[in-house]
Amino acid sequence: MSILINRHTRVMVQGLGRDGSFHAKEMVAYGTNIVAGVHPGKGGTYLEGFPVFNTAQEAVEETEAECSVIFVPAPFAEDAILAAANAGINLVVAVTEGIPVLDVSGVLKELNELGVRLIGPNSPGLISPGESKVGIMPGGIFQRGPVGVISRSGTLTYEVVNQLTAAGFGQSTAIGMGGDPIIGMKYNDYLELLENDGDTEAVVIVGEIGGSDEQDAAAFVKEHITKPVVGYIVGRSAPPGKRMGHAGAIVEGASGTAAAKVEVLRDHGIPVADTVEYIVKLISEKLGG
Amino acid sequence: MKLEEFQAKKLFREHDIPTPAGIMVTSAAEAETAAQEIGCPVVIKAQVQAGGRGKAGGVKLAETPAEARRAADAILGMTIKDLVVHRVLVDPAVSIAGEYYIGITIDRRKKIPVMMASASGGVDIEKVASETPEKIIFQDINPERGLRSFEAKQVAFQLFDDKKKALAASSIMVKLWKCFREVDASLAEINPLAELSDGSILALDAKIVLDENAMYKHLELEELRLPTPSEEKELEATRHGLSYVQLDGEIGCMVNGAGLAMATMDIIKHLGGTPANFLDIGGSSSPEKVVHAMELLVSDKNVKAIFINVFGGITRCDDVANGLVKALGEIKSDLPLVVRLTGTNEEEGRKILSDFGISATGDMTEGALKAINLASMGGGSR
Repeated sequence: MSILINRHTRVMVQGLGRDGSFHAKEMVAYGTNIVAGVHPGKGGTYLEGFPVFNTAQEAVEETEAECSVIFVPAPFAEDAILAAANAGINLVVAVTEGIPVLDVSGVLKELNELGVRLIGPNSPGLISPGESKVGIMPGGIFQRGPVGVISRSGTLTYEVVNQLTAAGFGQSTAIGMGGDPIIGMKYNDYLELLENDGDTEAVVIVGEIGGSDEQDAAAFVKEHITKPVVGYIVGRSAPPGKRMGHAGAIVEGASGTAAAKVEVLRDHGIPVADTVEYIVKLISEKLGG
Repeated sequence: MKLEEFQAKKLFREHDIPTPAGIMVTSAAEAETAAQEIGCPVVIKAQVQAGGRGKAGGVKLAETPAEARRAADAILGMTIKDLVVHRVLVDPAVSIAGEYYIGITIDRRKKIPVMMASASGGVDIEKVASETPEKIIFQDINPERGLRSFEAKQVAFQLFDDKKKALAASSIMVKLWKCFREVDASLAEINPLAELSDGSILALDAKIVLDENAMYKHLELEELRLPTPSEEKELEATRHGLSYVQLDGEIGCMVNGAGLAMATMDIIKHLGGTPANFLDIGGSSSPEKVVHAMELLVSDKNVKAIFINVFGGITRCDDVANGLVKALGEIKSDLPLVVRLTGTNEEEGRKILSDFGISATGDMTEGALKAINLASMGGGSR
């Protein structure tokens, strides 16, 4: 078991430029069930054995794809996400960085009405080790196991996962939820799924400065989650008012600081690690071994 | 991207939001001429992207053009919150009967724009929000439909009993939304929204922050960018595909990925060192990017040691290693260097570096500790 994706999930890739094509190949190599590609003008061709279509509508009709990963450049990504959602895709993973925030807000309104889930934008995607990966995460460092990982970042997720794997703690599903101010699914949405997932025994929340999602997660964990949860927050040394790489990683107001987030997590009974090594220690305390 | 008051007011005027007819100037002599043109009394206002200008002495009333000249002379060159004042706005002075607040921002939790309004304007709205939150009225905005007239009226009638004033305020709210949407702002704020003694309503101050993600749609707004010296360096980095923020510590950091870059700064601090910067070289790093990144780090005079922390995913360790070798060939620097390489093409990357005489570690904490020790031993020269 895992959440959101497994080996049977029928995945299509939108945007087969340099990055999209590269990662489509990587996903196929990992074992992801890629059934279609979408790239205007490349309809009728094949890539890595899967058919490419001009439109999302055609791709879904022909292949019954259920999940789509978006590599389309920012100016065209809003339209690509809406195309996927309206074609009948039920999970959209937006890797694209730099989509205007107000446009994402509008997209989410429509996706909610259609009952479609969005991961990202500005997300590295997600992976259920040994089953499927959708996005750009390097598959090799992951190992199947009991830990769910939810993060706002890409490479930091790899760092955390690498150390978990080295210590013998594999992952059920690891998700990069995206670094933008407005994103689709958030900690609470994933926590609820992981709580109900038979394979997941503990969850790591990797947070960062900006917004108040970590505080929302703390309250949600206390209220609804029975499995052990540990936290890790980065950006303790970030100056206020500066965007730290991610569009969403900016301290505006008191709740956005790392200190405020750490405090709220601890107040709600969630242990917070100061370093990546310490995450592994906390997990090993919770799971034994 | 933050706009200065005079720029935000210009956008307001283009959207038919009433504001004082002021003139932006860059010298005391021009301020005198502007005051003559506008008619005294006038207000001279420092143009910096910081709050608390009034308290810092950056806003002065002038009764005559000569006074306007003296006021501008005092304000120009002044430092407010580490920012030097290069421009002042000369605005006609008005007689204020009441100060209100309206602002539109993005509510990250609700994932929609939201308008805030308050009868307690003219002061720090964050303070009002934390001390007396009941004094702020919130109005959700549907991003597709926008702020509608009846929604604005519902809010405006809570601020004003008088019909004429409430309708004037609601009309400004709808125009503020249109401006916000059209320029893809992440914040548009009028504080204070002033009621004058003649009963009219106008935007006495203006603040707009633009969404950097949306700048590709608004190339004409790019001309409004007035970077401060530190932003100049950040912008230069952006042009090379790097994301850079300068701090004041001793360890120069070069990392791939924003989250890992923050974690690197944090571990340095946790172990007793001080990070000199945030620097994310991003995914798919070309050797050229690494060269630019090294130039940035070496140009920071506070840096005593450099820590390169790369976890290869899309970024390939051999690309980073090649870039580094190229950079070290071009840049003259004896700064001690610690490299941590893990992930995609790790072996190739380490081989390239060891052929050049650099040994790389695979562990982030070990690398950070080593960099801190080297910096505390005095570091190297450039």
